[in-house]
Amino acid sequence: MAWDRNQMAARAAQELDDGMYVNLGIGIPTLVANYVGDKDITLQSENGMLGMGPFPFEGEEDADLINAGKQTITELPRTSYFDSATSFGMIRGGKIAAAILGAMEVAENGDLANWMIPGKLVKGMGGAMDLVAGVGKVIVVMDHTNKHGDSKVLKECTLPLTGKGVVDRIITNLGVLDVVEGGLKIVECADGVTEEELRAATLATIV
Amino acid sequence: MKKVYGTAAEALDGLLSDGMLIAAGGFGLCGIPELLIDAIVESGIKDLTVASNNAGVDGFGLGKLLETKQIKKMMSSYVGENAEFMRQYLSGELELEFNPQGTLAERMRAGGAGIPGFYTQTGVGTQIAEGKEVKIFNGKEYILEEGIFADLAIVKAWKADTTGNAIFRKTARNFNPPAAMCGKICVMEVEEIVEPGELDPDHIHLPGIYVHRLIKGEHEKRIEQRTVRQKEAS
Repeated sequence: MAWDRNQMAARAAQELDDGMYVNLGIGIPTLVANYVGDKDITLQSENGMLGMGPFPFEGEEDADLINAGKQTITELPRTSYFDSATSFGMIRGGKIAAAILGAMEVAENGDLANWMIPGKLVKGMGGAMDLVAGVGKVIVVMDHTNKHGDSKVLKECTLPLTGKGVVDRIITNLGVLDVVEGGLKIVECADGVTEEELRAATLATIV
Repeated sequence: MKKVYGTAAEALDGLLSDGMLIAAGGFGLCGIPELLIDAIVESGIKDLTVASNNAGVDGFGLGKLLETKQIKKMMSSYVGENAEFMRQYLSGELELEFNPQGTLAERMRAGGAGIPGFYTQTGVGTQIAEGKEVKIFNGKEYILEEGIFADLAIVKAWKADTTGNAIFRKTARNFNPPAAMCGKICVMEVEEIVEPGELDPDHIHLPGIYVHRLIKGEHEKRIEQRTVRQKEAS
């Protein structure tokens, strides 16, 4: 037993408080929006929008209204639009309370790698480097191990970094870990996962 | 001073040369200057360096300029949607300078504002920082990034008056204002041109001082990822 994608997203949604402006990455982080409930959360889309709404109904798509994943979306009564320099100004300037992002690897010192695998297709970092350098809190949501069963929670990242010492909290299918002095601290284990199982799947130092 | 031209080719007449640096607006295929890109394809100029967040898709937007191999170098943050781009890059035909998205936007904004460089935390400790000056402010590391001063900016707005005062629509604004600002010359394409006084001066997103030439045209406005939700049955 462990958390599935939706349960991970639901757990990540618990990190968000009323009044927060938040940026959600592509993949599982996008699902977090489904679990914010009654909380007053404003989603930022870094291509130039605050107050991102749900996908449009069929026939109501607007080519001028997309999110950072280039998907058609809708606006809300609170929505505002702005240019990319302003958008990253609010990111770099620390105005965005939290970013929830996927990752390929996270290290015990908070290093994050999620943008390239040398020798493989290189697509680019997009806005990820700006986000992790600028927002208040960086929360990573990812599977604890890769498809070969190897841990993605490491002593040191092996892939090129997106940011150095930037991750605050890691939410995986096996549990929740915080980056603290000297390593990672277990915050909780996922349903049906023991602390031994979580430790066994983690290469990083657990303090 | 006449800013309104009949066609994209006319608006670009006398502005194009081999090896120039062009800043282009748009995010993905949203808000891209599609008519001006087509006209640059037609012009045949080559060895271009293009600063643009993305590189279009195969057969549309900057993807067309890649197919004709008129681009020598791209300055972008994300190029994942373009197979021809990847082919040229992996075979060494095309240079690529990755910029974090916010750094690219700020480099354009800075260039347009006469700022040759600025320090940012973005990319500290990553490959992006290699070879760049590091400076400590308040105990934190920052790297030096340079403003972009483009020979030509090509951008797309929704509506403009004949003096170039422009309004963008929704997320099609994106890189268009900073790209426009960093060009020595900026050519803009819009969906509608109106007379001065018809736009509320308080609602102008980009003042006409940044816009030198202007055309109106029909835009395809292709959607990259059409995503919808179903209406719940009542």
